[in-house]
Amino acid sequence: MVTLTENTLANPKERVTPTVVHNPGLAKEAFKSVGTRPLRPDGLDKVTGRAKYGADFNAPGQLVGKILRSPHAHAKIKKIDTSKAEKLAGVKAIITAADLPDLTNGDKGMYDILDNCMARGKVFYDGHAVAAVAAIDAATAKAALKLIKVDYEILPHVTDVDEAMKAKAPVLFADCFTEGVEPKPKKASNIAKQTEFGHGDVEAGFAEADVIVERSFKTEQTHQGYIEPHACVASVSPDGTGELWVCTQGHFVYRNHCAMLLGMDVAKLRVTSSEIGGGFGGKTHVWGEPIALALSRKANKPVKLVMTRDEVFRASGPTSASSVDVKIGVKKDGTITAASAELRFASGPYISMWAELGAMTSFACYDLKNVRTRGYEVLVNRPKSAAYRAPSAPIAAFAVESVVDEIASKIGMDPVEFRIKNAAKQGTKSSYGPVYGPIGIGATLEAAKNHPHMSAPLGPNQGRGMACGFWFNFGGQTCTDLNVGPDGSVTLTVGTVDVGGSRASLGLCVAEELGIPYNQVKCLVADTGTLGHNDMTDGSRGTFSSSMAGIFAARNAITVLRERAAKMWEIPVDDVVWEDGHAKATGSGHGNLAPLSLKEIAAAAANTGGPVAGHAEIVADGAGVSFATHIADVEVDPETGRSKIVRYTVIQDAGKAVHPTYVEGQYQGGAAQGIGWALNEEYIYGKDGRLQNAGFLDYRIPVCSDLPMIDTQILEIPNPNHPYGVRGVGETSIVPPLATIANAMSNAFGVRMTHVPMSPPRVLKALEAAAKA
Amino acid sequence: MQYEAPETTKAAVSLLAKAKGSAYVLAGGSDLLVRMKGGFIEPDLIVDIKRIKAMREVKKTASGFSIGAAVPCAELGENKALVKAWPGVVEAANLIGSKQVQGRCTISGNLCNAGPAADSVPAMVAAGAKAVIQGPKGKRTVPVEAIPVGPGKNSLKKGELVEAIVLPARKPKSGDAYLRFIPRTEMDIAVVSCGVNLTIDGKGVVTAARVALGAVAPTVLLVEAAAKAIIGSKLDDAALDKLGAAASAACRPIDDKRGTIEFRTKVAAVLAKRAAQIAYTRAGGK
Repeated sequence: MVTLTENTLANPKERVTPTVVHNPGLAKEAFKSVGTRPLRPDGLDKVTGRAKYGADFNAPGQLVGKILRSPHAHAKIKKIDTSKAEKLAGVKAIITAADLPDLTNGDKGMYDILDNCMARGKVFYDGHAVAAVAAIDAATAKAALKLIKVDYEILPHVTDVDEAMKAKAPVLFADCFTEGVEPKPKKASNIAKQTEFGHGDVEAGFAEADVIVERSFKTEQTHQGYIEPHACVASVSPDGTGELWVCTQGHFVYRNHCAMLLGMDVAKLRVTSSEIGGGFGGKTHVWGEPIALALSRKANKPVKLVMTRDEVFRASGPTSASSVDVKIGVKKDGTITAASAELRFASGPYISMWAELGAMTSFACYDLKNVRTRGYEVLVNRPKSAAYRAPSAPIAAFAVESVVDEIASKIGMDPVEFRIKNAAKQGTKSSYGPVYGPIGIGATLEAAKNHPHMSAPLGPNQGRGMACGFWFNFGGQTCTDLNVGPDGSVTLTVGTVDVGGSRASLGLCVAEELGIPYNQVKCLVADTGTLGHNDMTDGSRGTFSSSMAGIFAARNAITVLRERAAKMWEIPVDDVVWEDGHAKATGSGHGNLAPLSLKEIAAAAANTGGPVAGHAEIVADGAGVSFATHIADVEVDPETGRSKIVRYTVIQDAGKAVHPTYVEGQYQGGAAQGIGWALNEEYIYGKDGRLQNAGFLDYRIPVCSDLPMIDTQILEIPNPNHPYGVRGVGETSIVPPLATIANAMSNAFGVRMTHVPMSPPRVLKALEAAAKA
Repeated sequence: MQYEAPETTKAAVSLLAKAKGSAYVLAGGSDLLVRMKGGFIEPDLIVDIKRIKAMREVKKTASGFSIGAAVPCAELGENKALVKAWPGVVEAANLIGSKQVQGRCTISGNLCNAGPAADSVPAMVAAGAKAVIQGPKGKRTVPVEAIPVGPGKNSLKKGELVEAIVLPARKPKSGDAYLRFIPRTEMDIAVVSCGVNLTIDGKGVVTAARVALGAVAPTVLLVEAAAKAIIGSKLDDAALDKLGAAASAACRPIDDKRGTIEFRTKVAAVLAKRAAQIAYTRAGGK
């Protein structure tokens, strides 16, 4: 049995130590492959339907798994009677929490995962799993679910974050005493944790200010809205080994978590990741996978478990609903003297770090003398909050960037100039602690200032807004193999799931390092039996970390290739260099040796020492923080409050854009999700604590025709910690949109929008309030 | 579950009349199949009417248009004479769901499904459309507004089905229009909607009008006060304001996931005014 710590998201504190230190002397600045735009290797299969997603896996004799979920927001489970369901012909296994004994050995994080996968004595939200069935077909499984009788004692519930913090709120856990408060509180509450960041003397800073703006904001809960629902096939053999085919952002972490919850050795559970139809953080946590494994173990057959859309909304992991207060003080010349924020984030029923990440990111764009942020993780009767693309940062940026805009306007300063004046730079002590290296916030602002979008004319009922965003990015554990085939083609095997075209980007980096054409490299995502542990594709780490490991693996392969060439030539290896995909003899005394290509060395491998390979196992440290500035033009129908995004521009630092098309895709995708969040997406709960809109009909993500073409501008401020200067690019693009659109609306009709989503009823109300005032 | 696809109306009626348990008519299936997939209903009998030839036709007669119950909405948009005569009804039918859904869904299904927010229904009510019903006791014809009686409930008796929707012959200088409010641009359900149908005289004075509102009550509302507000006017600002006020006054909406009482009531007025202006222009008014 192994003990594991949960590492399911970008860990901004990077507590781990790097194993391979990047040698800046080997950094590249001129590129042949990197920066080009070849077709992605997975593209054709995806557009022709040949690609295998989670639900496309099938195993011989597989059963259909279905989960029985709580209809109540908060209840005690008095009894579960499965006897009638067990007698139904075709039912092969039924499990409850009793079939998943607690093996977490005091690990609170893992216990919470276990409790979330299958309720243990109490249900904490509408949709919480209470039992599961494996049957010969879907109709039988559904019929069996109806025969399971659960006797609930309904408890008072609370779904709103501010309500949950009140003294009289129903308390979810009698043993929840706020962490991070000294002395430890005597009374249990729903505030699971309090965190604080900042430096300087905030009170003194506010005393120095000429103008202070203080405002409160609210954001509703949103879901990542990935199109592919969670799906897996689990197969556990009586010999104790198991296989899992699953749609995930991190099959190694899924393996580790499932193995621990099921009491299996990590090495005996082999997990294969499928293609992924979107994850955005939502597929960094296990949901139904341990249940599928437990069903398979009990039924002794493979079990396929595919969530319905309703289940995805009710029982996977949306982002937090929040309530945030921001206060900023400035001098008349535009200098920020102090800034503070208090962030209250709904965490679902389990402790998390979402408010903490909000508190860390709030003021990360600015160079501040006095700053303090405080985060509260608040437990509510909603599904467990999970990571959603730069988790928490969009919420914090919405509040902070709204106040930044307002205060700039109050002192009569242009919002871009105001931000440029206060922007963080190299050497700035960030609001969350670390001192910045070379960063791109200033450059994105200058680019915004000079962008034609900024000076384009506006039509009637239109307003323009801009805002900035920050994300940490992450590196993490990475293990990569590079194998040279007998024909000289190269297989790069990585353990990071490709969520946005990373196989193309990684192929480009390895082709660059080896000096061979891109189409000579094939990049694969390996199963957990093939490579050492890889952290998941989160924290925008897929391309950053696996390219670093891939480049190191290529360098190790080059060492082998030089040795082989030296053997072939019978000269010392020190006299062989690797240039442009060829071994070349240097120094005097070797005559006119023609360079040996990778193909020629590969063809001779059988006689020079066997297959040629390179490996790298690293902790990819120094991910390099990321900044963006967005500009939006919004048109509002003054009679209905309906808004339309008429123009949108994303400007972001990529460090080095390995495959610019996919970098642009990330910029556009993040902006599109942010626009949906800003305008219409929200979880709507009834008074009964049940989710009212668990489907794409009434959970309104944008459709194609809702969005303008999103313009992008890539800036490249190299990350000194990466051989090619790469920074993660996947997440920052979702950080500014909420604030950008709120600022645009405020400029369109003079009312500050403080509640996201800015749906037509809310906008119409605000318009009418403004008309009255 | 029993699935039948009869080739005559008579056979369909007979199947429905004899059905034991729950029986459903299947035209495009854009509502029925979704409800079955979602586990909301488990039909014992499904009668697919798409093989009944008469129900697949749009017929132009002296008394107007007859639209067979199995004609998909997309075909309405391709019928030039129908588009010319009843542009509001056709635009309503072609707002339902997505392009793919419009290739399957029907206005008869939209009507019988009895959703308060059904897009084609306010336009049909404004148009004065009638539903031709076939049943064990023969044929009867009712105004379309008589079909829905509450959310998801219609007035059809056991064994009955709608065979066709009949739109009246068009008087000269007439126009209709349908508008709905959705927060997005497509693939959404009306938060509030309005169909207006009117006729003007040579001077541009409205001589007849019908105004219907959707998604503001358990069923689509035919608002006579709203029609009265514009009859006799040239649709000037004062008449439009009265129209808006009458539309808002008629609203009996609920607060739900799609909108609030306050919002629906206000926007009903906005849509009524805008739809009336479009209908007026289509009628040749200036």
